[in-house]
Amino acid sequence: MNSRTSHFRTADIPGFSSVAMLVFAALYAPIIVLVIYSFNASPSVAEWSGFTLDWYVKAAQNDQVVNATINSLIVATSAAVIATAVATLAALGTTRRARYRGITAIYAAINQPLMVPEVVTAVALLVVTAALKKATGYTGLGYLILAHAAFCIPFAYLPIRARLEGMDLSLETAAADLYASDWQVFRHVTLPLLAPGMLAGGMLAFVTSFDDVVITEFIKSPGQDTLPTYMLGQLRRAMTPDVNAISTALMAVTIVLLFLFFLITRKKS
Amino acid sequence: MGMAARTSEQTLARKNTRRAWALVSPALALLAVAAIGPLAVVIVYSFLTAGEYGGVVWQFSTDAWVKVLLERDIFDDSLSFADAHLTIFWRSISLSLVTTVLTFLAGFPTAWFIATRPAAQRAFWLFLITIPFWTNLLVRTFAINQVIRNEGVMNTVLLWAGVIETPLQMTYTQGALLVGMVYVYLPLMVLPLFAALERFDLRLLEAGYDLYASRWQVLTRIILPISRPGIIAGSILVFVPCLGAYVTPRILGGGKLMMLGNFIELQFGQGRNWPLGAALSIVLLVIVTIALLVYVRTISGGDKARE
Repeated sequence: MNSRTSHFRTADIPGFSSVAMLVFAALYAPIIVLVIYSFNASPSVAEWSGFTLDWYVKAAQNDQVVNATINSLIVATSAAVIATAVATLAALGTTRRARYRGITAIYAAINQPLMVPEVVTAVALLVVTAALKKATGYTGLGYLILAHAAFCIPFAYLPIRARLEGMDLSLETAAADLYASDWQVFRHVTLPLLAPGMLAGGMLAFVTSFDDVVITEFIKSPGQDTLPTYMLGQLRRAMTPDVNAISTALMAVTIVLLFLFFLITRKKS
Repeated sequence: MGMAARTSEQTLARKNTRRAWALVSPALALLAVAAIGPLAVVIVYSFLTAGEYGGVVWQFSTDAWVKVLLERDIFDDSLSFADAHLTIFWRSISLSLVTTVLTFLAGFPTAWFIATRPAAQRAFWLFLITIPFWTNLLVRTFAINQVIRNEGVMNTVLLWAGVIETPLQMTYTQGALLVGMVYVYLPLMVLPLFAALERFDLRLLEAGYDLYASRWQVLTRIILPISRPGIIAGSILVFVPCLGAYVTPRILGGGKLMMLGNFIELQFGQGRNWPLGAALSIVLLVIVTIALLVYVRTISGGDKARE
Protein backbone atom coordinates (compact mmCIF):
# COMPACT_ATOMS: atom_id res chain seq x y z
CA MET A 1 0.00 0.00 0.00
CA ASN A 2 2.82 2.35 0.98
CA SER A 3 4.68 1.68 -2.22
CA ARG A 4 1.55 2.46 -4.22
CA THR A 5 0.83 5.81 -2.58
CA SER A 6 4.47 6.87 -2.91
CA HIS A 7 3.97 7.17 -6.67
CA PHE A 8 1.75 10.17 -6.12
CA ARG A 9 3.41 12.67 -3.81
CA THR A 10 0.81 15.32 -3.16
CA ALA A 11 3.47 17.96 -2.53
CA ASP A 12 4.91 17.55 -6.02
CA ILE A 13 3.70 19.86 -8.73
CA PRO A 14 4.88 18.87 -12.20
CA GLY A 15 7.64 21.12 -13.47
CA PHE A 16 8.21 22.97 -10.21
CA SER A 17 11.33 21.02 -9.26
CA SER A 18 12.83 21.52 -12.72
CA VAL A 19 12.18 25.26 -12.59
CA ALA A 20 13.76 25.38 -9.13
CA MET A 21 16.87 23.53 -10.38
CA LEU A 22 17.13 25.94 -13.33
CA VAL A 23 16.81 28.90 -10.95
CA PHE A 24 19.59 27.61 -8.71
CA ALA A 25 21.79 26.97 -11.74
CA ALA A 26 21.08 30.42 -13.15
CA LEU A 27 21.75 32.07 -9.80
CA TYR A 28 25.09 30.38 -9.32
CA ALA A 29 26.52 30.02 -12.82
CA PRO A 30 27.52 33.70 -13.19
CA ILE A 31 28.95 33.78 -9.67
CA ILE A 32 30.96 30.61 -10.27
CA VAL A 33 32.28 31.98 -13.57
CA LEU A 34 33.36 35.13 -11.77
CA VAL A 35 35.16 33.17 -9.07
CA ILE A 36 36.88 30.88 -11.58
CA TYR A 37 38.10 33.77 -13.72
CA SER A 38 39.54 35.54 -10.72
CA PHE A 39 42.08 32.68 -10.76
CA ASN A 40 42.63 32.72 -14.53
CA ALA A 41 46.13 33.68 -15.67
CA SER A 42 44.75 35.20 -18.87
CA PRO A 43 42.90 38.52 -18.53
CA SER A 44 40.35 37.34 -21.13
CA VAL A 45 37.37 35.16 -20.31
CA ALA A 46 37.78 33.57 -23.73
CA GLU A 47 40.62 31.34 -22.63
CA TRP A 48 41.81 29.56 -19.54
CA SER A 49 45.59 29.76 -19.31
CA GLY A 50 46.26 28.33 -15.90
CA PHE A 51 45.70 28.98 -12.22
CA THR A 52 47.13 32.14 -10.70
CA LEU A 53 46.75 34.33 -7.62
CA ASP A 54 48.26 37.28 -9.49
CA TRP A 55 45.03 39.26 -9.63
CA TYR A 56 44.70 39.05 -5.86
CA VAL A 57 48.31 40.14 -5.44
CA LYS A 58 47.78 42.94 -7.93
CA ALA A 59 44.68 44.14 -6.10
CA ALA A 60 46.41 43.96 -2.73
CA GLN A 61 49.33 46.01 -4.04
CA ASN A 62 47.09 48.69 -5.49
CA ASP A 63 47.13 51.70 -3.15
CA GLN A 64 43.63 52.76 -4.22
CA VAL A 65 42.25 49.33 -3.36
CA VAL A 66 44.03 49.33 -0.01
CA ASN A 67 42.72 52.81 0.83
CA ALA A 68 39.21 51.90 -0.25
CA THR A 69 39.34 48.76 1.90
CA ILE A 70 40.50 50.75 4.91
CA ASN A 71 37.72 53.30 4.36
CA SER A 72 35.15 50.51 4.01
CA LEU A 73 36.32 48.85 7.23
CA ILE A 74 36.33 52.12 9.21
CA VAL A 75 32.89 53.15 7.97
CA ALA A 76 31.25 49.72 8.28
CA THR A 77 32.69 49.02 11.74
CA SER A 78 31.77 52.43 13.16
CA ALA A 79 28.33 52.38 11.56
CA ALA A 80 27.64 48.83 12.80
CA VAL A 81 28.70 49.72 16.37
CA ILE A 82 26.57 52.88 16.44
CA ALA A 83 23.57 51.22 14.79
CA THR A 84 23.74 48.21 17.14
CA ALA A 85 23.98 50.44 20.22
CA VAL A 86 20.99 52.63 19.35
CA ALA A 87 19.01 49.66 17.96
CA THR A 88 19.54 47.73 21.22
CA LEU A 89 18.15 50.64 23.24
CA ALA A 90 15.28 51.01 20.79
CA ALA A 91 14.50 47.29 21.01
CA LEU A 92 14.45 47.52 24.83
CA GLY A 93 12.06 50.45 24.51
CA THR A 94 9.68 48.72 22.10
CA THR A 95 9.43 45.12 23.31
CA ARG A 96 8.15 43.41 26.43
CA ARG A 97 6.12 46.38 27.62
CA ALA A 98 2.53 47.55 27.45
CA ARG A 99 1.55 49.26 24.20
CA TYR A 100 1.93 52.98 24.42
CA ARG A 101 0.94 55.87 22.22
CA GLY A 102 3.30 56.57 19.36
CA ILE A 103 4.72 53.06 19.07
CA THR A 104 3.39 52.72 15.52
CA ALA A 105 5.19 55.91 14.58
CA ILE A 106 8.37 54.57 16.18
CA TYR A 107 8.15 51.37 14.12
CA ALA A 108 7.60 53.43 10.99
CA ALA A 109 10.62 55.61 11.75
CA ILE A 110 12.89 52.63 12.46
CA ASN A 111 11.82 50.86 9.27
CA GLN A 112 11.94 54.03 7.19
CA PRO A 113 15.31 53.18 5.57
CA LEU A 114 13.76 49.94 4.26
CA MET A 115 10.84 51.72 2.61
CA VAL A 116 12.40 54.76 0.99
CA PRO A 117 14.26 53.99 -2.26
CA GLU A 118 17.99 54.17 -1.65
CA VAL A 119 18.53 56.69 -4.41
CA VAL A 120 16.07 59.10 -2.77
CA THR A 121 17.86 58.87 0.58
CA ALA A 122 21.13 59.32 -1.28
CA VAL A 123 19.89 62.52 -2.95
CA ALA A 124 18.59 63.85 0.37
CA LEU A 125 21.90 63.18 2.07
CA LEU A 126 23.85 64.64 -0.85
CA VAL A 127 21.94 67.90 -0.58
CA VAL A 128 22.45 68.13 3.18
CA THR A 129 26.09 67.05 3.28
CA ALA A 130 27.02 69.37 0.42
CA ALA A 131 25.64 72.30 2.43
CA LEU A 132 27.34 71.10 5.62
CA LYS A 133 30.68 70.56 3.90
CA LYS A 134 30.56 74.08 2.56
CA ALA A 135 29.49 75.56 5.88
CA THR A 136 31.88 73.70 8.17
CA GLY A 137 34.80 72.83 5.90
CA TYR A 138 34.81 69.29 7.36
CA THR A 139 34.93 66.67 4.59
CA GLY A 140 35.94 63.58 6.60
CA LEU A 141 34.42 60.11 6.91
CA GLY A 142 32.00 61.32 9.59
CA TYR A 143 29.22 61.96 7.09
CA LEU A 144 29.49 58.45 5.68
CA ILE A 145 29.57 56.92 9.16
CA LEU A 146 26.44 58.74 10.35
CA ALA A 147 24.53 58.08 7.12
CA HIS A 148 25.47 54.38 7.16
CA ALA A 149 24.62 54.07 10.87
CA ALA A 150 21.13 55.46 10.16
CA PHE A 151 20.22 53.10 7.32
CA CYS A 152 21.72 50.14 9.22
CA ILE A 153 19.39 50.66 12.20
CA PRO A 154 16.55 48.41 10.94
CA PHE A 155 19.02 45.63 10.08
CA ALA A 156 20.48 45.72 13.58
CA TYR A 157 17.08 46.20 15.23
CA LEU A 158 15.23 43.18 13.78
CA PRO A 159 17.44 40.35 15.14
CA ILE A 160 17.80 42.11 18.50
CA ARG A 161 14.05 42.50 18.81
CA ALA A 162 13.52 38.88 17.81
CA ARG A 163 15.92 37.80 20.55
CA LEU A 164 14.28 40.03 23.16
CA GLU A 165 10.83 38.75 22.32
CA GLY A 166 12.03 35.23 22.99
CA MET A 167 13.29 36.18 26.48
CA ASP A 168 10.69 36.25 29.25
CA LEU A 169 11.04 38.69 32.12
CA SER A 170 11.31 36.06 34.88
CA LEU A 171 15.09 36.13 35.23
CA GLU A 172 15.16 39.91 35.35
CA THR A 173 12.29 39.97 37.85
CA ALA A 174 14.11 37.42 40.00
CA ALA A 175 17.26 39.56 39.97
CA ALA A 176 15.25 42.67 40.89
CA ASP A 177 13.57 40.74 43.73
CA LEU A 178 17.03 39.97 45.04
CA TYR A 179 17.71 43.72 45.28
CA ALA A 180 19.76 44.11 42.12
CA SER A 181 19.61 47.71 40.92
CA ASP A 182 18.20 48.47 37.47
CA TRP A 183 21.72 48.84 36.11
CA GLN A 184 22.87 45.57 37.71
CA VAL A 185 19.89 43.74 36.23
CA PHE A 186 20.70 45.13 32.81
CA ARG A 187 24.45 44.57 33.05
CA HIS A 188 24.42 41.05 34.55
CA VAL A 189 21.15 39.55 33.31
CA THR A 190 19.66 41.28 30.27
CA LEU A 191 22.86 42.09 28.43
CA PRO A 192 24.43 38.60 28.53
CA LEU A 193 21.14 37.06 27.38
CA LEU A 194 20.80 39.63 24.63
CA ALA A 195 24.40 39.41 23.43
CA PRO A 196 23.83 36.85 20.62
CA GLY A 197 21.04 39.03 19.19
CA MET A 198 23.28 42.08 19.32
CA LEU A 199 26.11 40.21 17.64
CA ALA A 200 23.75 39.00 14.89
CA GLY A 201 22.31 42.48 14.42
CA GLY A 202 25.77 44.01 14.36
CA MET A 203 26.86 41.59 11.66
CA LEU A 204 23.87 42.33 9.46
CA ALA A 205 24.51 46.05 9.94
CA PHE A 206 28.18 45.56 9.04
CA VAL A 207 27.38 43.64 5.85
CA THR A 208 24.72 46.18 4.86
CA SER A 209 27.10 49.09 5.34
CA PHE A 210 30.05 47.31 3.72
CA ASP A 211 27.95 46.57 0.61
CA ASP A 212 26.45 50.00 0.17
CA VAL A 213 27.08 51.63 -3.19
CA VAL A 214 24.45 54.26 -3.89
CA ILE A 215 24.45 56.38 -0.74
CA THR A 216 28.25 56.29 -0.51
CA GLU A 217 28.63 57.19 -4.17
CA PHE A 218 26.44 60.27 -3.69
CA ILE A 219 27.90 61.72 -0.49
CA LYS A 220 31.59 60.76 -0.45
CA SER A 221 34.14 63.52 -0.77
CA PRO A 222 36.65 63.29 -3.64
CA GLY A 223 39.20 60.52 -3.08
CA GLN A 224 37.02 58.95 -0.39
CA ASP A 225 36.17 55.71 -2.16
CA THR A 226 34.95 52.65 -0.33
CA LEU A 227 35.50 49.24 -1.92
CA PRO A 228 32.12 49.15 -3.73
CA THR A 229 32.39 52.70 -5.10
CA TYR A 230 35.95 51.97 -6.24
CA MET A 231 34.65 48.90 -8.08
CA LEU A 232 31.83 50.88 -9.66
CA GLY A 233 34.40 53.41 -10.90
CA GLN A 234 36.51 50.59 -12.37
CA LEU A 235 33.55 49.05 -14.16
CA ARG A 236 33.03 52.25 -16.08
CA ARG A 237 36.46 51.74 -17.60
CA ALA A 238 37.72 48.43 -18.94
CA MET A 239 36.79 45.23 -17.14
CA THR A 240 39.93 44.15 -15.36
CA PRO A 241 40.30 40.76 -13.69
CA ASP A 242 41.51 42.28 -10.42
CA VAL A 243 37.92 43.47 -9.92
CA ASN A 244 36.97 39.76 -10.18
CA ALA A 245 39.44 39.09 -7.41
CA ILE A 246 38.03 41.86 -5.21
CA SER A 247 34.47 40.64 -5.91
CA THR A 248 35.42 37.09 -4.94
CA ALA A 249 37.06 38.30 -1.76
CA LEU A 250 34.00 40.39 -0.88
CA MET A 251 31.76 37.42 -1.47
CA ALA A 252 33.94 35.18 0.69
CA VAL A 253 33.69 37.68 3.57
CA THR A 254 29.89 37.83 3.16
CA ILE A 255 29.54 34.04 3.18
CA VAL A 256 31.70 33.67 6.28
CA LEU A 257 29.72 36.36 8.14
CA LEU A 258 26.43 34.78 7.03
CA PHE A 259 27.53 31.39 8.21
CA LEU A 260 28.46 32.82 11.62
CA PHE A 261 25.10 34.62 11.68
CA PHE A 262 23.29 31.32 11.12
CA LEU A 263 25.29 29.64 13.87
CA ILE A 264 24.53 32.44 16.32
CA THR A 265 20.82 32.70 15.61
CA ARG A 266 20.15 28.99 15.24
CA LYS A 267 17.51 27.94 17.70
CA LYS A 268 18.80 25.49 20.25
CA SER A 269 16.54 22.50 20.31
CA MET B 1 -7.55 52.99 48.82
CA GLY B 2 -8.68 51.76 45.40
CA MET B 3 -8.32 55.32 44.12
CA ALA B 4 -4.74 55.57 45.44
CA ALA B 5 -3.82 52.23 43.90
CA ARG B 6 -5.13 53.36 40.55
CA THR B 7 -3.22 56.64 40.57
CA SER B 8 0.01 54.91 41.48
CA GLU B 9 -0.65 52.45 38.71
CA GLN B 10 -1.10 55.36 36.33
CA THR B 11 2.13 57.01 37.49
CA LEU B 12 3.93 53.74 37.01
CA ALA B 13 2.53 53.37 33.49
CA ARG B 14 3.49 56.95 32.68
CA LYS B 15 7.00 56.39 34.05
CA ASN B 16 7.22 53.25 31.95
CA THR B 17 6.19 55.10 28.80
CA ARG B 18 8.66 57.90 29.49
CA ARG B 19 11.43 55.36 29.92
CA ALA B 20 10.44 53.63 26.68
CA TRP B 21 10.68 56.90 24.78
CA ALA B 22 14.05 57.68 26.40
CA LEU B 23 15.36 54.31 25.21
CA VAL B 24 14.10 54.84 21.69
CA SER B 25 15.23 58.46 21.41
CA PRO B 26 18.89 57.93 20.33
CA ALA B 27 17.72 55.84 17.35
CA LEU B 28 15.04 58.39 16.49
CA ALA B 29 17.55 61.24 16.75
CA LEU B 30 19.97 59.52 14.39
CA LEU B 31 17.19 58.72 11.92
CA ALA B 32 15.90 62.30 12.12
CA VAL B 33 19.35 63.73 11.35
CA ALA B 34 20.53 61.27 8.71
CA ALA B 35 17.38 59.89 7.07
CA ILE B 36 14.06 61.62 7.68
CA GLY B 37 15.19 65.25 8.10
CA PRO B 38 17.13 65.34 4.81
CA LEU B 39 13.97 64.21 2.97
CA ALA B 40 12.27 67.40 4.13
CA VAL B 41 15.21 69.41 2.76
CA VAL B 42 14.70 67.73 -0.62
CA ILE B 43 11.14 69.05 -0.75
CA VAL B 44 12.45 72.57 -0.10
CA TYR B 45 15.14 72.20 -2.78
CA SER B 46 12.58 71.15 -5.40
CA PHE B 47 11.08 74.66 -5.12
CA LEU B 48 14.35 76.54 -5.59
CA THR B 49 16.16 77.81 -8.67
CA ALA B 50 18.99 75.77 -10.17
CA GLY B 51 22.48 77.23 -9.74
CA GLU B 52 24.54 77.66 -12.87
CA TYR B 53 27.26 75.24 -11.73
CA GLY B 54 25.05 72.88 -9.74
CA GLY B 55 23.64 73.55 -6.31
CA VAL B 56 20.75 75.94 -5.84
CA VAL B 57 20.02 79.65 -5.74
CA TRP B 58 17.72 80.55 -2.85
CA GLN B 59 14.90 81.87 -4.96
CA PHE B 60 11.43 80.33 -5.11
CA SER B 61 10.58 78.66 -8.39
CA THR B 62 8.24 75.97 -9.68
CA ASP B 63 10.37 75.37 -12.76
CA ALA B 64 11.61 72.02 -11.53
CA TRP B 65 8.08 70.69 -11.07
CA VAL B 66 7.02 71.91 -14.49
CA LYS B 67 10.05 70.22 -16.01
CA VAL B 68 9.23 66.84 -14.47
CA LEU B 69 6.75 66.17 -17.27
CA LEU B 70 6.87 69.19 -19.60
CA GLU B 71 9.47 71.04 -21.60
CA ARG B 72 9.51 74.64 -22.69
CA ASP B 73 10.15 75.34 -26.34
CA ILE B 74 13.25 77.52 -26.69
CA PHE B 75 11.72 79.57 -29.51
CA ASP B 76 8.11 80.29 -28.67
CA ASP B 77 8.13 79.41 -24.95
CA SER B 78 5.21 76.99 -25.35
CA LEU B 79 4.97 73.92 -23.15
CA SER B 80 4.80 70.35 -24.43
CA PHE B 81 5.30 66.94 -22.91
CA ALA B 82 8.96 66.07 -22.39
CA ASP B 83 9.19 62.83 -24.35
CA ALA B 84 12.60 61.93 -22.95
CA HIS B 85 11.30 62.15 -19.38
CA LEU B 86 8.13 60.20 -20.17
CA THR B 87 10.25 57.47 -21.80
CA ILE B 88 12.32 57.13 -18.63
CA PHE B 89 9.25 57.03 -16.38
CA TRP B 90 7.61 54.44 -18.63
CA ARG B 91 10.79 52.36 -18.83
CA SER B 92 11.21 52.38 -15.05
CA ILE B 93 7.64 51.41 -14.30
CA SER B 94 7.24 48.81 -17.06
CA LEU B 95 10.64 47.20 -16.42
CA SER B 96 9.87 47.02 -12.70
CA LEU B 97 6.48 45.42 -13.35
CA VAL B 98 7.85 42.88 -15.82
CA THR B 99 10.74 42.09 -13.46
CA THR B 100 8.26 41.52 -10.63
CA VAL B 101 6.17 39.13 -12.76
CA LEU B 102 9.22 37.21 -14.02
CA THR B 103 10.77 36.89 -10.56
CA PHE B 104 7.41 35.53 -9.37
CA LEU B 105 7.17 32.98 -12.19
CA ALA B 106 10.70 31.74 -11.44
CA GLY B 107 10.57 32.31 -7.71
CA PHE B 108 7.31 30.60 -6.81
CA PRO B 109 8.31 27.09 -7.95
CA THR B 110 11.68 27.63 -6.26
CA ALA B 111 10.10 28.64 -2.96
CA TRP B 112 7.67 25.72 -3.22
CA PHE B 113 10.53 23.34 -3.90
CA ILE B 114 12.46 24.55 -0.83
CA ALA B 115 9.38 24.53 1.40
CA THR B 116 8.46 20.94 0.49
CA ARG B 117 11.94 19.48 1.11
CA PRO B 118 12.42 17.33 4.23
CA ALA B 119 13.34 19.55 7.20
CA ALA B 120 16.98 18.42 7.18
CA GLN B 121 17.54 19.49 3.54
CA ARG B 122 15.51 22.66 3.74
CA ALA B 123 18.17 24.67 5.57
CA PHE B 124 20.69 23.84 2.83
CA TRP B 125 18.47 25.02 -0.04
CA LEU B 126 17.48 28.08 1.92
CA PHE B 127 21.13 28.90 2.52
CA LEU B 128 21.70 28.68 -1.25
CA ILE B 129 19.14 31.46 -1.73
CA THR B 130 20.45 33.49 1.21
CA ILE B 131 24.00 33.71 -0.18
CA PRO B 132 23.03 35.65 -3.32
CA PHE B 133 20.53 37.64 -1.23
CA TRP B 134 23.35 38.99 0.92
CA THR B 135 26.03 39.13 -1.76
CA ASN B 136 26.78 42.65 -2.89
CA LEU B 137 24.39 43.80 -5.61
CA LEU B 138 27.32 45.29 -7.48
CA VAL B 139 29.16 41.96 -7.46
CA ARG B 140 26.07 40.15 -8.77
CA THR B 141 25.47 42.71 -11.49
CA PHE B 142 29.13 42.41 -12.38
CA ALA B 143 28.78 38.61 -12.52
CA ILE B 144 25.82 38.71 -14.91
CA ASN B 145 27.54 41.37 -17.00
CA GLN B 146 30.53 39.06 -17.28
CA VAL B 147 28.21 36.50 -18.88
CA ILE B 148 26.37 38.68 -21.37
CA ARG B 149 28.85 41.35 -22.47
CA ASN B 150 30.42 41.27 -25.94
CA GLU B 151 33.61 39.51 -24.89
CA GLY B 152 31.64 37.61 -22.26
CA VAL B 153 31.13 33.94 -21.53
CA MET B 154 27.95 33.51 -23.52
CA ASN B 155 29.36 35.04 -26.69
CA THR B 156 32.58 33.07 -26.29
CA VAL B 157 30.65 29.82 -26.01
CA LEU B 158 28.32 30.65 -28.92
CA LEU B 159 31.25 31.68 -31.14
CA TRP B 160 33.17 28.56 -30.23
CA ALA B 161 30.16 26.37 -30.98
CA GLY B 162 29.74 28.10 -34.32
CA VAL B 163 26.20 29.23 -33.57
CA ILE B 164 27.11 32.83 -34.31
CA GLU B 165 29.92 34.42 -36.29
CA THR B 166 30.10 37.81 -34.67
CA PRO B 167 29.48 38.52 -30.98
CA LEU B 168 25.88 39.37 -30.13
CA GLN B 169 25.40 42.83 -28.71
CA MET B 170 23.49 42.04 -25.53
CA THR B 171 24.56 44.70 -23.05
CA TYR B 172 22.96 48.11 -23.35
CA THR B 173 19.75 46.51 -24.61
CA GLN B 174 16.42 46.45 -22.84
CA GLY B 175 16.58 42.63 -22.79
CA ALA B 176 19.94 42.60 -21.03
CA LEU B 177 18.69 45.08 -18.48
CA LEU B 178 15.65 42.89 -17.82
CA VAL B 179 17.77 39.74 -17.46
CA GLY B 180 20.05 41.59 -15.06
CA MET B 181 17.20 42.94 -12.96
CA VAL B 182 15.51 39.53 -12.70
CA TYR B 183 18.84 37.94 -11.78
CA VAL B 184 19.63 40.52 -9.15
CA TYR B 185 16.20 40.76 -7.48
CA LEU B 186 15.09 37.11 -7.63
CA PRO B 187 16.22 36.22 -4.07
CA LEU B 188 14.04 39.07 -2.75
CA MET B 189 11.02 37.27 -4.21
CA VAL B 190 11.93 33.75 -3.11
CA LEU B 191 12.50 34.49 0.58
CA PRO B 192 9.06 35.97 1.45
CA LEU B 193 7.34 33.33 -0.72
CA PHE B 194 9.20 30.66 1.20
CA ALA B 195 8.20 32.25 4.51
CA ALA B 196 4.54 32.06 3.45
CA LEU B 197 4.76 28.50 2.08
CA GLU B 198 6.79 27.15 5.00
CA ARG B 199 3.73 27.18 7.24
CA PHE B 200 1.59 25.56 4.57
CA ASP B 201 -0.20 22.48 5.81
CA LEU B 202 0.38 19.81 3.16
CA ARG B 203 -2.67 17.90 4.35
CA LEU B 204 -4.77 20.54 2.61
CA LEU B 205 -3.45 19.18 -0.69
CA GLU B 206 -4.46 15.65 0.26
CA ALA B 207 -7.90 16.96 1.13
CA GLY B 208 -8.09 18.67 -2.25
CA TYR B 209 -7.01 15.57 -4.17
CA ASP B 210 -9.39 13.40 -2.11
CA LEU B 211 -12.18 15.65 -3.32
CA TYR B 212 -11.14 15.02 -6.94
CA ALA B 213 -9.46 18.37 -7.54
CA SER B 214 -7.04 18.41 -10.47
CA ARG B 215 -3.42 19.55 -10.10
CA TRP B 216 -4.34 22.87 -11.63
CA GLN B 217 -7.29 23.33 -9.29
CA VAL B 218 -5.15 22.49 -6.27
CA LEU B 219 -2.61 25.08 -7.40
CA THR B 220 -5.04 27.89 -8.18
CA ARG B 221 -7.69 27.20 -5.53
CA ILE B 222 -5.57 26.14 -2.55
CA ILE B 223 -1.87 26.95 -2.89
CA LEU B 224 -1.97 30.38 -4.50
CA PRO B 225 -4.70 31.87 -2.25
CA ILE B 226 -2.92 30.67 0.87
CA SER B 227 0.42 32.11 -0.23
CA ARG B 228 -1.12 35.51 -1.02
CA PRO B 229 0.65 37.41 1.81
CA GLY B 230 3.99 36.05 0.57
CA ILE B 231 3.19 36.91 -3.04
CA ILE B 232 2.30 40.48 -2.11
CA ALA B 233 5.33 40.90 0.18
CA GLY B 234 7.67 39.49 -2.48
CA SER B 235 6.18 41.70 -5.19
CA ILE B 236 6.71 44.81 -3.06
CA LEU B 237 10.24 43.75 -2.12
CA VAL B 238 11.10 43.41 -5.82
CA PHE B 239 9.05 46.26 -7.29
CA VAL B 240 10.20 49.00 -4.90
CA PRO B 241 13.98 48.58 -5.27
CA CYS B 242 13.55 47.97 -9.03
CA LEU B 243 11.83 51.30 -9.43
CA GLY B 244 14.69 53.08 -7.69
CA ALA B 245 17.40 50.88 -9.21
CA TYR B 246 20.64 52.67 -9.92
CA VAL B 247 23.57 50.27 -10.03
CA THR B 248 22.14 47.59 -12.34
CA PRO B 249 20.85 49.95 -15.08
CA ARG B 250 24.05 51.99 -14.86
CA ILE B 251 26.19 48.94 -15.62
CA LEU B 252 23.92 46.99 -17.97
CA GLY B 253 22.09 49.89 -19.60
CA GLY B 254 24.99 52.25 -19.97
CA GLY B 255 24.02 55.89 -20.43
CA LYS B 256 21.51 54.86 -23.09
CA LEU B 257 18.93 53.00 -21.05
CA MET B 258 18.52 55.19 -18.01
CA MET B 259 16.03 54.41 -15.31
CA LEU B 260 14.65 56.92 -12.82
CA GLY B 261 17.50 56.42 -10.37
CA ASN B 262 20.12 57.22 -13.02
CA PHE B 263 18.11 60.13 -14.35
CA ILE B 264 17.92 61.60 -10.84
CA GLU B 265 21.67 61.20 -10.39
CA LEU B 266 22.27 62.86 -13.74
CA GLN B 267 20.59 66.03 -12.46
CA PHE B 268 23.10 66.23 -9.64
CA GLY B 269 26.04 65.59 -11.99
CA GLN B 270 26.26 66.73 -15.58
CA GLY B 271 22.62 67.87 -15.68
CA ARG B 272 23.35 70.53 -13.03
CA ASN B 273 19.72 70.84 -12.13
CA TRP B 274 19.45 70.04 -8.44
CA PRO B 275 15.82 71.24 -8.08
CA LEU B 276 14.71 68.95 -10.93
CA GLY B 277 16.63 66.06 -9.33
CA ALA B 278 14.90 66.85 -6.02
CA ALA B 279 11.46 66.98 -7.66
CA LEU B 280 12.08 63.67 -9.47
CA SER B 281 13.16 62.06 -6.17
CA ILE B 282 9.88 63.13 -4.61
CA VAL B 283 7.94 61.71 -7.57
CA LEU B 284 9.76 58.40 -7.09
CA LEU B 285 9.06 58.48 -3.37
CA VAL B 286 5.35 59.14 -4.00
CA ILE B 287 5.05 56.22 -6.45
CA VAL B 288 6.74 53.93 -3.94
CA THR B 289 4.52 55.17 -1.12
CA ILE B 290 1.42 54.47 -3.20
CA ALA B 291 2.69 50.94 -3.87
CA LEU B 292 3.30 50.42 -0.14
CA LEU B 293 -0.15 51.76 0.76
CA VAL B 294 -1.78 49.41 -1.74
CA TYR B 295 0.25 46.64 -0.11
CA VAL B 296 -0.93 47.52 3.40
CA ARG B 297 -4.55 47.79 2.25
CA THR B 298 -4.52 44.49 0.38
CA ILE B 299 -2.96 42.74 3.37
CA SER B 300 -5.49 44.11 5.87
CA GLY B 301 -8.31 43.63 3.33
CA GLY B 302 -7.30 39.98 3.01
CA ASP B 303 -7.42 39.57 6.78
CA LYS B 304 -10.91 41.00 6.91
CA ALA B 305 -12.10 38.73 4.12
CA ARG B 306 -10.86 35.73 6.07
CA GLU B 307 -12.70 36.79 9.20
